[in-house]
Amino acid sequence: MTAGHLLAASQAESTGASVTFWILAVISVAAGLGMILARRAVHCAVLLAVVMLSLAILYAVAGAPFLAFVQIIVYTGAVLMLFLFVLMIVGVSSKDSLRETIPGQRLAAGVAAIAFLVLLSLVIGHAAIGPAVPASPAYGVNNLRGIATLIFTKYVFPFEVTAALLITAALGAMVLAHRERTTPKPTQQDLSRQRIAGAHPSPLPGPGVYARHNAVDFPALLPDGSPSALSVSPIIAQRASESEGGLPAPPLPPGSAAPLPPGNGEGATDDGAERESAGTASASAGPAGTDPGEARP
Amino acid sequence: MTPSHFVALAVILFVIGAVGVLVRRNAMVIFMCVELMLNAVNLAFVAFARQHGNLDGQVIAFFVMVVAAAEVVVGLAILMAIFRARRSASVDEANLLKY
Repeated sequence: MTAGHLLAASQAESTGASVTFWILAVISVAAGLGMILARRAVHCAVLLAVVMLSLAILYAVAGAPFLAFVQIIVYTGAVLMLFLFVLMIVGVSSKDSLRETIPGQRLAAGVAAIAFLVLLSLVIGHAAIGPAVPASPAYGVNNLRGIATLIFTKYVFPFEVTAALLITAALGAMVLAHRERTTPKPTQQDLSRQRIAGAHPSPLPGPGVYARHNAVDFPALLPDGSPSALSVSPIIAQRASESEGGLPAPPLPPGSAAPLPPGNGEGATDDGAERESAGTASASAGPAGTDPGEARP
Repeated sequence: MTPSHFVALAVILFVIGAVGVLVRRNAMVIFMCVELMLNAVNLAFVAFARQHGNLDGQVIAFFVMVVAAAEVVVGLAILMAIFRARRSASVDEANLLKY
């Protein structure tokens, strides 16, 4: 590594790359700090996406275009979307409490972090990391070819172990996320019995749709002009009253227990489709005469 | 802008992720901070690969990404199972094995 080499390297690295690095470094550190300070988990996920995207650009700057795209596709595209999916399931509005459950934990964490930062800085400061070697063809158009050659020659065994790992992870996720049904699934017959036994055998009225309120959260008007609380799904009404405080939440219709779909138009069509499919199934099973459900009156 | 700059940025991001793991109580956020630490390590790998002028570091970073993806899949599935049992994603709530 002579002085001429250094000069060539520094000239090869344009100031553009430098500017990109400093901008992205500031952005990623700020987003990382915001991530540990944001209270809502969704904000954390979005800030993590910012960090990951800036790191992807930094990979491209550092001569790893393949990794830059893998970072965007795998991390930002797959892993972070998985995070967001699970966040939606777990509860998107759940906030972290700011109360310290372990006394003095934050102080201890801060001290540990500073100590860790000093330790790593000293290690890196002593390591004498040299400047980059002049750009070789492995960092240009041949980057992908070089990586493929390495993966399929030198690292072929770790690559195959990776396949086993991915299959194991997929199986494990399926086993862990699977929920055994504790009660038998209600059949079509059960559902229709429930419906007849309830207060509303027919579908409930649909919501009112006006030019001004083209929305399902607007109740329909009865013939005497009063709004019908039954025409709005209780979930939507509850949400609307939570967010705006405008629409009063209509009481739950007494007949619509949990398995019965909420009685707006959507539930009715859903039911119809189910009934239709059940009808074809029983028709196909009918001639055999072995279906115990058919024999029942 | 030398590889040492990249490594310094990686160190800062890694420490931020470690603080997040230590401080936060929501299991999802802790997972995200672990991902941040893995990303920081990847950045260091890429920087060292650039310094040495070969591609081994990039291949290792690629493997780290694959392992991280597998880890996230299993971890989030465990999280969902815990959430189903305890209706909470806080790490303070999962204390059945305590003591």
